[in-house]
Amino acid sequence: MRKFLTSTLAAALLAVAVPALASEGPALEHQNWTWNGPFGQYDPAQLRRGFQVFREICSNCHSMKLVAYRNLGYLGFTEDEVKAIAAEKQVQDGPNDQGDMYARPARPSDRFVPPFPNDQAARVANNGALPPDLSLINKARAGGPDYIYAVLTGFRDTPPDGVTIPDGMYYNVAFPGHQIAMPPPINDDQVTYADGTKATKEQIAKDAVAFLNWAAEPELDQRHSLGVKALIFVFVMTLLFYALKRKIWANVH
Amino acid sequence: MSGQEFDNKIIQWVDERLPIFSILKHSAVDYPTPKNLNYWWNFGSLAGFMLVVMVATGIFLAMGYAANTLVAFGAVEHIMRDVNYGWLLRYLHMNGASFFFICVYIHIFRGLYYGSYKAPRELLWALGLLIYLVMMGTAFMGYVLPWGQMSFWGATVITNLFSAVPVVGDYIVTLLWGGFSVDNPTLNRFFALHYLLPFVIFALVFLHVVALHTSKSNNPLGIDVKGPQDTIPFHPYYTIKDLFGIGVLLLFYLGVVFFAPNFFGEPDNYVPANPLVTPPHIVPEWYFLPFYAILRAIPDKLGGVVAMFGAIIILFFLPWIDSSKVRSAKFRPIFKQIFWIFLAVCLVLGYCGSQPPEGEIVIVGRIATAAYFLFFPLLWVLGKVEKPRPLPHSIAAPVLKGASAGHAAQPMEKA
Repeated sequence: MRKFLTSTLAAALLAVAVPALASEGPALEHQNWTWNGPFGQYDPAQLRRGFQVFREICSNCHSMKLVAYRNLGYLGFTEDEVKAIAAEKQVQDGPNDQGDMYARPARPSDRFVPPFPNDQAARVANNGALPPDLSLINKARAGGPDYIYAVLTGFRDTPPDGVTIPDGMYYNVAFPGHQIAMPPPINDDQVTYADGTKATKEQIAKDAVAFLNWAAEPELDQRHSLGVKALIFVFVMTLLFYALKRKIWANVH
Repeated sequence: MSGQEFDNKIIQWVDERLPIFSILKHSAVDYPTPKNLNYWWNFGSLAGFMLVVMVATGIFLAMGYAANTLVAFGAVEHIMRDVNYGWLLRYLHMNGASFFFICVYIHIFRGLYYGSYKAPRELLWALGLLIYLVMMGTAFMGYVLPWGQMSFWGATVITNLFSAVPVVGDYIVTLLWGGFSVDNPTLNRFFALHYLLPFVIFALVFLHVVALHTSKSNNPLGIDVKGPQDTIPFHPYYTIKDLFGIGVLLLFYLGVVFFAPNFFGEPDNYVPANPLVTPPHIVPEWYFLPFYAILRAIPDKLGGVVAMFGAIIILFFLPWIDSSKVRSAKFRPIFKQIFWIFLAVCLVLGYCGSQPPEGEIVIVGRIATAAYFLFFPLLWVLGKVEKPRPLPHSIAAPVLKGASAGHAAQPMEKA
């Protein structure tokens, strides 16, 4: 049994070490997100602030097509507030009984209305670059939330000596290649938080990343709390199985 | 097999007409199992458990999925976001594939270490390898279904391998694709096959178990069972041991599912497939990496494909390549060391497969590929020259440590 455990442990270490060696790129600073660790959960107040940042800044260029207005209820918005938020945007619906398409205010059941009707329109408006959809951005980039935060706060006004950045591009320490088409999106005090939180650049970036993480993994709170219960259950069950095994095997050894 | 007596009248009535209870009693309750199996012998049943988990979660995932390139990515996200506990089903399935492969790899290397492939278990070994091959096909096609960037480009790279086949290569690829590129027909046929193949695996597992119960389990000493004193009934001894194993496996598996569900995944697969944008480097799932490294080690397309498939095919011939009559590495001092080197070579190959093929990675990959194939002739020579340590007379002898030495050599000549 002991030999089995040591070899299993060695194999497990190898299995963890190999992918760890495999990942590369500039080392990311790990942020202390509220949802880190098995007991970590989202902070609803932070998610609401993050949604405000998304609504006032990010959503001018970026879509979030997988999230519906009704999902905002999770952040603590009431049904009427969700309705009001949705109704700010127009969506095309139809055809009606006259056979015509028509515009109507969005409903809670609609997905977030994108800022541009299609990718081509988005490129034209953004100097040829396509702002990626943000629904899954935290899962779709190596480093996840730490990477997104690093990009949001990684802009530098002047590139290091010897690096030239073409017109319409910006220097960013975290972005691969350091040349990014997105202009620096956030500054100090760019939003005014209703809950009185001081809107430093870092605070805004953190709140935005928290909201993006919720958009990518809305199930996380439930996953973590169910996971803790499931693992405690399985752990006790396994101990009982082991005790039973010892008892049944007692006369064999 | 039949002719069992059951106390329950109904069971007796059924069994006389259809001996399912007799068969079950024969092969899952009374089945005589060597008493000295260690915990490495748990991984066969653990792999079986993972197969059941994969089929059970897969059936429900299929109810929320749609195999169409326009909606497949969104359908998976629909499962993740809108289906009740859909995220749990999907993460169980996605990580289940990895844990299925972990169990099967440990199971294969256990067979290698204890010589479980040697006579009379050659077909048992071959059936296991067939299961492994079908698993690889199933896993590959399953990875295509979410229709993310890595799904699309992985499918493109792997299916293109078949174009290396002389003369008919391009026809095979067109047939696989159902067109002239990886597109909607490809996704459709992959989904159909991904749903079919697990049942083929079930059938193969059934044959694997039939072969096992015919030639009986090998054991850590690698010597034949000499009589009833060497065995214990499968139930309750190994049923409870397997249950404990399942508990331990679940701790790791559920730990990943709940707290690091994308640990084995590639971030790129959360970007919808785009035939116009190639990811910086295309990496297959981790369980294919050693073979991917062998493929890239040979600087010729056809040669690489032959080497990659050859690396698996050669395993089928292992029972005849290994010329030693002694099964367990416990009694083969040189083979024991070569076994660990071979395992290390496989891990190095896996690492090379995960890296972009540049600089020293290419050289390391080539040396490791050569070492992989060198293992087999070496095994043949080794059987001729290695002097194995003396084998114990029976399983009961070393287990009953307290018994007198003479007891071991005594009456167990039954075979």
